[in-house]
Amino acid sequence: MKSEKSLQRSMQLNKVLTYFFLILGAVIMIFPFVWMLLTSLKTLAESMQVPPTILPANPVFENFTYAITSLPFFNLYMNTILLILFRVICAVVFSSMAGYAFAKLNFRFKGFLFGLILVQMMMPSQIFIIPQYQMLAKLSLTNSIFALVFPGLVSAFGTFFLRQSYMGIPKEIGEAAYLDGCNQWQTFTKVMAPLTGTSVAALTVFTAVFAYGDLMWPLVVNTDITMMTLSSGLATLKGQFTTNYPVLMAGSLLAMIPMLILYLIFQKQFVEGISMTGGK
Amino acid sequence: MFQKQTLAEKREQRWAYLMIAPTILGLLILNYYPLLDTVRLSFSKTQTFGKSTFAGLENYITMFSSVEFWKATWNTVWFCILTVPVGMAIALLVALLLNAKVRFKSGFRAIYFLPMVVAPAAVSMVWRWMFNGQYGIINTLLGREINWLTNPATALLACAIVAIWSSVGYDAVLLLSGLQNISRTYYEAAEIDGAGKIRQFFSITLPMISPTLFVTLIMRMMASLKVYDLIYMMIDTANPVLPDVQSLMYLFYREAFVAGNKGYAAAICMWTILLIGIVTIVQFIGQKKWVNYDV
Repeated sequence: MKSEKSLQRSMQLNKVLTYFFLILGAVIMIFPFVWMLLTSLKTLAESMQVPPTILPANPVFENFTYAITSLPFFNLYMNTILLILFRVICAVVFSSMAGYAFAKLNFRFKGFLFGLILVQMMMPSQIFIIPQYQMLAKLSLTNSIFALVFPGLVSAFGTFFLRQSYMGIPKEIGEAAYLDGCNQWQTFTKVMAPLTGTSVAALTVFTAVFAYGDLMWPLVVNTDITMMTLSSGLATLKGQFTTNYPVLMAGSLLAMIPMLILYLIFQKQFVEGISMTGGK
Repeated sequence: MFQKQTLAEKREQRWAYLMIAPTILGLLILNYYPLLDTVRLSFSKTQTFGKSTFAGLENYITMFSSVEFWKATWNTVWFCILTVPVGMAIALLVALLLNAKVRFKSGFRAIYFLPMVVAPAAVSMVWRWMFNGQYGIINTLLGREINWLTNPATALLACAIVAIWSSVGYDAVLLLSGLQNISRTYYEAAEIDGAGKIRQFFSITLPMISPTLFVTLIMRMMASLKVYDLIYMMIDTANPVLPDVQSLMYLFYREAFVAGNKGYAAAICMWTILLIGIVTIVQFIGQKKWVNYDV
């Protein structure tokens, strides 16, 4: 009897400790975002008060005005949206096609060609970056949307990932479609591709988040401020307002709000999508 | 019959080639040609007008006799040592906590995962501000006056803290999916045998999760050896502390795209890949000692 009581007590203690650490961790994770918001609403003078005020004494929006007037935010949003859009379309369309072929069709040199995909996945992207840049420079294609999309026109990882998905579809489904008179293309587009929805969604999220966060490539290839992405634009803002943190915070906030809103809506798809794509 | 089948097979093959053509062509142009070109560049000297001439081992000799380069290599390794073990331990702890019966599990998961979806550029900006030596909130909380980002002793540590903060949620979610695959029956059996929680962790949880832990570890190490964006955003090129924090990829970026020494930069790139390769191979050999694939 007594031991059962102490067991119950220790279980309760366990529970309290679990919540304590989870909430402590959550506070540490969220605090920088809160601090970003609070700082962006302070005047420069207030942000440099020692000790700092927690809540802004008189919330001001001038920092957002400064950020918007010193960076062409409209262009940055558009460039980032177009970059994401094209990267996602390319990754999904080309990887679906190739993934299906590698999973379900027989052809010569299949092993070797699939090897090309696997080897690419193992190499860090930096090894391609100088020649990729030089190719674009030679064709005078830098400072364009195409330049931003360029390294992501095809996706070895996406191909590998969707191949896994097609492998999981029973062969009989394809055979049935074939007997119903579908040719290979129709079998693929009408029957098989719709069955990979979850994986395509995961690849979409992964591609979008990666394209949005990438810094080195946009910084290298598009040096014209109107052709930058949110990430590389932010890096430029840092150079302009080295110590004016309220403006920098306002700019950072503006850069991440669209993604944050998407994350709030599609939270589950984001977490599962990105962790599903695991490997990268 | 036989004839017909080969015809169908041929048709299938034609479709297959059509369907893989964009991807394979893209890989050849975007990755395999650049790969060879980077190797070639590392043995060439960049001239004016963008031409390059064969230079033998010159870039590698310059590189191996450069103090800056060795410092960058050490910074990269040190950054990896600072971030990976602590980051993995925290991620495992978070995963264990999330695996317990708690309310708002998906809410917590989403919060921990948050840094993964926002651009590293935006995230580093607020950390720069929080680490500010004069007005930063971190010094206020600690009641100290540490010039985190301008002191060679603390600058890389500050970057490492941001890196851990950014990656913990992602790693935890991966580990959590490994934890959820462990059958309850093992714990029930252990409880009957009278094994305590700590004993259960070391005899059941850890061995069972070791394959997931290994994959996450490899991924995290590779990523931290390639670190660039975070340090670039936290430490300006004008910051005197730069030589003490710049990673190999930061040095690569500066040499390739700021200084215009593409050949030398290519050599740095080759070295980084070698480093990543060695570390990964060591991990794969080492895994036999601790990763459990039996179950």
